[in-house]
Amino acid sequence: MKIVYFAWVRERVGKTEEIVTPPDEVRTVADLAGWLKGRGEEYAHAFAEPGIVRAAIDRRHVKPDAPIAGAGEIAFFPPMTGG
Amino acid sequence: MADVRVQSADFDVAAEVAAVQAGGDAGAGKTGPHDIGAIVTFTGVCRNDDGRLAALELEHYPGMAEDEIARVAAEAEKRWPLKGLCVIHRYGLIRPGESIVLVVTASAHRQAAFEAASFLMDYLKTRAPFWKKEHLADGTSGGWVAPRQEDDEATTRWE
Repeated sequence: MKIVYFAWVRERVGKTEEIVTPPDEVRTVADLAGWLKGRGEEYAHAFAEPGIVRAAIDRRHVKPDAPIAGAGEIAFFPPMTGG
Repeated sequence: MADVRVQSADFDVAAEVAAVQAGGDAGAGKTGPHDIGAIVTFTGVCRNDDGRLAALELEHYPGMAEDEIARVAAEAEKRWPLKGLCVIHRYGLIRPGESIVLVVTASAHRQAAFEAASFLMDYLKTRAPFWKKEHLADGTSGGWVAPRQEDDEATTRWE
């Protein structure tokens, strides 16, 4: 499963993208964020504040309860500040 | 169909207005009645914040940025009878005084063009995957710009 990171989530994790293989019980975006958080200090820092980091699956915004089964690319990023 | 572009290059507001006008059902270059009666443009510009800021660095999610703007543009076209719509959002290093974003809306009467432009900007602020990082005049990094609560509130008024 491909994960991409943007802005300060990318800086904190220290990677722009990576391929991960989460265990079967990781079913939703929130599960995945929780699982990533346990992978090391940099991830714990990136996902420290619950509910702040946003997600997209295959380039569409999704809510934390969105299932990740079948996802091609999952993105994590801070609230957007475009415009 | 809206004209949506995500690019690092600057844009020419007058040229984009002319393109929207020419693309109307019976635009300026065509014979017959011109059905565009109102064109609204919004340009978002980088501030210097009283000399504190040297530049903004805009990061974006390639692919999703275009898709998300197109989704917001399609929603605007559903809500208002638009005769032309163009959205250009820049990324990369942008200095004070330089443009960041352009919205051009065209309609038969002004209200639709004004409202659609306002709607588009409110949604772009909170849904388009762009993030601004500050470069300060003293050479240091000012960190990532935090989202403004007013922007979230501005979006909810359209719901």
